[in-house]
Parts: sequence; structure tokens; C-alpha cells
Amino acid sequence: MSYLPQSTLKVLEKIKFGVLSPDEIRKMSRVQIITAETYDEDGMPIQGGVMDPRLGVIEPGRRCPVCGNTMHGCPGHFGHIELAKPVIHIGYVKQIYDLLRGTCWKCSRILLSEDQIKEYLSLMERLERLFPNLKPRLIEHIRQKTAKVQECPHCGAKQKKIKLDKPTNFYEKDKGVRKLSPDEIRARLTHIPDDDVRLFGIDPKEARPEWFVLTVIPVPPAQVRPSIMLETGVRSEDDLTHKLVDIIRANNRLKESMDAAAPPIVIDDLWELLQYHVTTYINNEVPGIPPARHRTGRALKTLAQRLKGKEGRFRGNLSGKRVDFSARTVISPDPNISINEVGVPEEMAKLLTVPMRVTPWNIEEARKYVMNGPYKWPGANYIIRPDGRRTDLRFFKDRKALASSLTPGYIVERHLIDGDIVLFNRQPSLHRMSIMAHKVRVLPGKTFRLNLLVCPPYNADFDGDEMNLHVVQTEEARAEALELMLVQEHILSPRYGGPIIGGLQDYISGAYLLTTKSTLLTEEEVMDLLSVTDYKGELPEPAITKPVKMWTGKQLVSLFLPPNFNLRAKTSVNAGRLKCEDEDCFNDTYLVIKKGKLLAGVLDKKSIGAQQPESFYHWIVKEYGVDYARFLTDNMFRMFIRYIEKHGFTMSLDDVEIPPEAEERIREILKEAEEDVAQLIEAYRKGELEPLPGMTPEETLETKIMERLSRARDQAGEVAAEYLDIFNNALIMARTGARGNILNLTQMSAALGQQSVRGERINRGYRGRPLPHFKPGDLMPAARGFVYSSFRTGLSPVELFFHAAGGREGLVDTAVRTSQSGYMQRRLINALMDIRVEYDGKATLPDGTVVQFSYGEDQVDPARSDHGKPVNVDRIIERVIGHEL
Amino acid sequence: MSPKKFDVREHRLVPKHERVPLPEATEILKELGLDPTQLPQIRASDPVVKAIGAKPGELVRIIRESETAGKTVVYRIVVVG
Repeated sequence: MSYLPQSTLKVLEKIKFGVLSPDEIRKMSRVQIITAETYDEDGMPIQGGVMDPRLGVIEPGRRCPVCGNTMHGCPGHFGHIELAKPVIHIGYVKQIYDLLRGTCWKCSRILLSEDQIKEYLSLMERLERLFPNLKPRLIEHIRQKTAKVQECPHCGAKQKKIKLDKPTNFYEKDKGVRKLSPDEIRARLTHIPDDDVRLFGIDPKEARPEWFVLTVIPVPPAQVRPSIMLETGVRSEDDLTHKLVDIIRANNRLKESMDAAAPPIVIDDLWELLQYHVTTYINNEVPGIPPARHRTGRALKTLAQRLKGKEGRFRGNLSGKRVDFSARTVISPDPNISINEVGVPEEMAKLLTVPMRVTPWNIEEARKYVMNGPYKWPGANYIIRPDGRRTDLRFFKDRKALASSLTPGYIVERHLIDGDIVLFNRQPSLHRMSIMAHKVRVLPGKTFRLNLLVCPPYNADFDGDEMNLHVVQTEEARAEALELMLVQEHILSPRYGGPIIGGLQDYISGAYLLTTKSTLLTEEEVMDLLSVTDYKGELPEPAITKPVKMWTGKQLVSLFLPPNFNLRAKTSVNAGRLKCEDEDCFNDTYLVIKKGKLLAGVLDKKSIGAQQPESFYHWIVKEYGVDYARFLTDNMFRMFIRYIEKHGFTMSLDDVEIPPEAEERIREILKEAEEDVAQLIEAYRKGELEPLPGMTPEETLETKIMERLSRARDQAGEVAAEYLDIFNNALIMARTGARGNILNLTQMSAALGQQSVRGERINRGYRGRPLPHFKPGDLMPAARGFVYSSFRTGLSPVELFFHAAGGREGLVDTAVRTSQSGYMQRRLINALMDIRVEYDGKATLPDGTVVQFSYGEDQVDPARSDHGKPVNVDRIIERVIGHEL
Repeated sequence: MSPKKFDVREHRLVPKHERVPLPEATEILKELGLDPTQLPQIRASDPVVKAIGAKPGELVRIIRESETAGKTVVYRIVVVG
């Protein structure tokens, strides 16, 4: 926290890992564990058992016999188990294998000549100094080289082949095959000289190879494996405790058999059992052996399982912690708050706090909060005195006295209030716009409220999505959030040089309806529209003065434009019959803005839409700054919504209905296509079909049929579009880009067209036919998933089946894609997260290693570029003189 | 392996590589504020490195066409391997 002295912080320089030696294990042990018993009849822990009190106290009120602390102060103490015979440590099998293969069985020297040893040692020393990242390559080289040597260069002994039978059995192959016992392995490893060990990449000071074979194992403190009391009063032990008991039991049996001089087979069996228990104690997911199970059949969670994976110690508890001052709830829309605000339920605002340092200037405010207390918003939950003592206002009766005792220097943890800056996040956090800073608006209700225009960066909708909120606690964090993370700072996305925030759906329809030529508004309507904005100026001159004053929608939009803004651009509706190539446009589909006045054209997806680069909205953000863009988004866009509310906007079955003669023409087109397909099939049957290059005749036929059918569907769509009223609401949405496209409309009114699975016509199911309704081998459109009906007329049962088959593939694809791309993203981020750009433009790793000599080779920030180029000369000219050259 | 030998430098996908003489190399490193260990590495066994005859420890300059910046110059240090 900010009030801790900073001088105690130290910087980690390096971390070195080693292996515990048997001596170290004994030295750190407080008690040797010898019995598998845990508790006696009275429920008291048995001395020398795995719950020995000397391993640390975890019951409240007891004192530790070792350190004298209570459960809060006792850190826990290790014990140890002396193994009757050594066993292999499962984590070091690979190293043991390499060492055995690379050293002589007789003299335990590395299988390299003295000269080579000297040479490699000095090379390794130099590498470590100059290119530490190359050391693994040298070690790998030595490993491969030594494994191939046939005869020991030191004692001349012929080398035998070592075989590893996973997970822990080693065999020596000479004439016959002989098992190497852990005893024997340990003896060999012990005799390898330190310098030879170094050549295998192991530092003998930290990890002698014989320590890879366990002779004694540490018993972790009780705090590491606490037992839980069930409600019934039955004690339930931790998985590790169970496993330790197994080890001790196996160990004791082995010891007894050895003392009783039992036959070697018996001893070997018990030895193997001990090996199994020690292996599963360390890692219960070793391939090749059955995992140790709990009585209930559940696999035990042993040491490796505690660390590994998503819920393991690293990813679950160290990289990912649960944090204070955070909240999560369902989100819902509120078009009346700013894009950089977030609506927070009052209930939440009373639990989330911000530390507020009392000064002479805010003392009255602080007193008010303290007086209100923890249950009345806006109040306070805690006060912290200058000496660091905390007072919990929930348990303090006389708040009035407390409030008057406040002096500068106190810290009041006050409730969240309007204007506080918080971080708002929706998972999956795939890009930086997934966490943005918002300003708080405390509102009634139980959901977070957000402006609809910030849905695209979060990829949020309101079908039950939940989001997280974090309250930043320090002044530095607030400053950073405000300057770098606020929503408007992220309107331009670095993914493509364009705005990621922008109009969508109703905003676009509304903008189109408002700015279209036929819209004329009375004074009353103008007042109503402007009343939802912050516009404070005069009304412009009306476009029509007689018989009543009327204004155009374009005039209202112009009120919000900067006075020197010039733009000429095509609109989304500029297509088909309404196409125009320049500003002299009769159809009103070419956007012309001069000196901040919208002169011609309409606003639609191409100008105000989200994710539209080089658009009206993009230039506004780029040229007039993000704060102005926010102002425009909050006011002008709200006016669009108000207009569509007044206008009314809906879509009905009638919107996709076409006259009978159109249906007749469509039927004709489809019939023609069907005849052509029949001819193609006929030609194929006769063998007259000329195969396309690189395709079999079958593939050729399929390609040609698909091509013919898709042409038919397009033609049908054109016919349908011809008959649809250009001002019907469904078509307006498609044309302006608000929602849907022409294809969707043709599927509704003309014909659905070809359904496909894996890019082919539907051909799976029965032998030679997708459904028993068709003859085997029927290749006609109807038998291969072509849907003649439209959504309006309705699908036949067979057609519905084909449609469902195609639809299902889409669902499966999305499910598979998200998991795969998620994993790819994780790996990419892990690899790239440490790269930073230096002040001189180099992209480097934290140690200064160069990744790119110059960021992106041109040092251009994609968010501020135009199609990757630092300047767009054409746009500058247009801005200055109002038109192109 | 391949019967016909050809110069990899002739290939259109191989950018221009050149050896940097030692005095110039120290100069460049000073300019970039780097020590040799922080440079990207290229193996001595790399076909182009063999072709231009650069030895471990030498600096190689690579001049290539860049999609974003037209022409770009980068450096590699030759390492054993």
C-alpha cells in the first residue's frame, strides 16, 4: 500500500534452483516420522506419526512444542522419513537416464577424453558469461555425444546399453537384460566427479546427482496439509497426509521384511510398492502407472497437482489472485449516460470505498461522510488515524463526535460517489479495450449500466453478460486510469487504424432517418430532439419558413460539427440504383460536409459506424481529439436515438413479402437452374463433362452445380430486391448497414438457397443419399440440400432438416474456434508480454535484448496511422481546401 | 546433398547480408547503445553467413525491403553453431 515505507523494497537479481540433499533434509527436520498411526483412541496425535505436534500447531489455543508460538505465529516445521531402501525421484528420471548413459558403468567418469572435458568446460564457462541462452544447446550436444560412446576413454571398459522402462525402471543390456536397482544407480551417480557433473548442465554444489535417488524424504508441516473437521465431528485428512501414511506403511513393511531376512522376491515386491507410493506422492499423474485413489475413487491431489495447471499454485494463486475493491454483476444498457460512465448500484457503492486523505479543504466533506456512516450513501466505512489505527464505523456509536475529531492527516475510506474513476472489464480480456476506465454514476437497481456504444470494444451484449469493476485506490493509479485508460482514449483501436467505438443498429437507422432528404421537423420536434443533448446555442434559420417553420435533420446534425470540418465520402446506401460517383448526387447518397455544415448525403454505417476506418467519425476523432469525439458521441448520437423513438421503427412480415409476379419470376429462375443442373448431371453420366484442371469429374460436377445454384440464388435475390419498397424498414436496415444485409432479405423473401456442410452440398447420412426421401445417387439440387422455399413461405420438413444441418456446423465451428484461438492467444501473450519500446524506438526485452531495431521498422503507432502510413496527404488537402485536387 | 551448388544470395527471397568490419561494428554498437550479447543472433552454419564468410563474433548487416518502411537495416551477431 502507498503508506508503507518504500525503502524496504529490494530487487530480485536472480533465482537459483537446487535439489535438497539428504543431509539438508535431516537438518531441517524436527522429528523423524516412524509410525503410520496418526491419532490414538482419545484423538490425540501420536508422537512420531504424520500429525506429530512438532510438525506445527494448527488447532487454536495450543502452543507449538518447537517454537512456542500459537497457530497464528507458528510457521510449521518439517519432519522426515528414513527410507529402508532408496527409490528414484520421479521428477529426475530424465536426468538420471542421461547421466547413466553418459558415464562409464565401471569408473563413473563422463564418456569423454580428458582433453575434451577440459575443452568443453572452458567453452561452457565462456558461454555462461557471454551467451547464457546458448548453454542448453552445448549441454544437449554433450548429452548426444556421450550417449553414443562405445568404450570408456578413461578405463577402457566396454559400454552397455541403458534402457529406461517408464516411469522408473532402469535396465542394463549387455548379453542379457539386467535390472538396475536404485541402490546400484545411486552408487554409480555418487562416483561421478563434480567436473563431469557440470558437463551435464548440473551444478554439483546445488544438486549432486545421487540426490536424485531418495534415501530420506521430507515430511511437510501440518499447515501444508490441514485436516478438516466435518460437521459430524469426523476428521478428514488431506490427500498428502494419506499419501505419507501409505509411504510409511510400505516403508515399515519393507524394513521388517529386510530385518527378518525375507526372500529377495518379497523384498523386491515391497520395494516396488514403496517406489509406487513415493512416485505418486510427488506426482499422481505420471503416465504408465495408475493414479493413487481416495476411498471414494477420486484421484488424489498430490504435490505436482498442487502446482500445475490453471487452478495450480502458479496460475491460480500467484499470477491470478482475487482482489479487494472489486465487484461483479449483470450488465444492462443505458443510452442516457455518457460512454465514459458506468452505472453502479447504490448497494455496491456502499461497499466499495476510496481512501480520502483529509485536508483543510475537504474536511467538511469528510465529516459529512463520517456522519452518514456505513449504511447511508454517500458515507464512509472506515477511518484511519495518522498513527495507522483503523476505526470500523459499523461498530462505532457516536459518529458525530468522531466526525468532529477529524483533523488533516486522517484518511477516510468513503463510499464510491459520482465521478470516481474505476476500471471496468469484461472477459475474455483479449485486447487492451477489454479493460477501460469509466466514471462512476451511482444509480438505483442491481446491475451495472453502460452506454450501448461501448459494447463493441468489450464485445458485450445484454443477454446475461456480467462484468467486473475495480476501484483504483491511489492517486497515481487514478491519474494513469484517467489519462491512459478512459473510454475515449480507446475510440481508435490499434488493431486497424480506425474507431472501434461508433454507431450501431438503431443509432445508424436513426441517423439515416434523421438526415434523409424527406425529413422535415417542426419547431416543437427540433426542441424535443435538442433537449436530449447539451446543445445550448440558438436555433439555426429554418430551411422552410412558410406556412410553418421547418428544419431539416441535416441542419440539426450540423449544429454539432466543428465549423471548419470538410468531408466528401460515399455512404453505405450509395449502391445499386442509388449509386452516385461524386457530390453532384440526386439520390442524396454522397456525403458532403463543408465548413461544418452537412450539405448533402445521409449519415449511415460508412460514416458513423463502429469499426469503419476513414469515415466521418474516424476523421472527427483524429482531427478534433478524443474529448470532442466523446462529446459528439454522447450528444449527437443520443439525438439519433431520440429521433428513431419519435419516428417509430419496426419490421414485419409485410416487409419481406413480394408480389405474385415476382414469385413467379423467381420460380422461373430456379427452374432454369434446375434444368441446367440436370443437363450437367446428364453430361457427367455420359462422361462428356470436361474435368476442370486438377479435379476429378465428380469434383468438377459438384463445383459446376454449386456455381450454377449460387448464381440462381443471386438472381432470385435481385428479383426480390427489385420488388421490395426501398423505404421499407427491413431494407433500410440492410442498406444503411444498421443490421442484416441484402442476402438475409433474399433468404427471407425469395429462396434460402444451398445449405452446406464442410463447404460441400449436403451428402452425408444414408448410403448415396442424405435422407430416405430420395433415390440413392440422386444429384439433383433438392436431394443435396438446396432449399427452394424462403423463410417467409416456410420450409418443408426435408428443407428444415438440411437447414438445421448447415446451422449446426456453424455452432460447432464457433465453439472449436474460440477454444483454439484462446490457447493460441495465451501462448502468444506469454511469449510477447515483456517486450517494450525503448525511448530510442528499439523494441527490446527487459534485459535489453533487441527484438526489433526500430518498432515496426517505421515506428508508426497503428492507432494513429492511416492505413499504416503516418500521414494521409489526400485527407489533409481535402480538409484544407474542401475538396480533392 | 544437392548435386548443383548455387549461391543462396542470388535467391530473390534472401535479403542482402554483408559483413561489418570490426571498427565500424564497435561504432554501430555504441550508436545503438547495445553490447554484443543483446544483439539478435545468427548461426555460423546459416547458409548466407557461410556464403559471405562471416565468423563467430562478427557483426552482419542485413538490408531488406520492408512492407512498412520501404528499406530497413538490421544487425545480427554470428554465433557458433
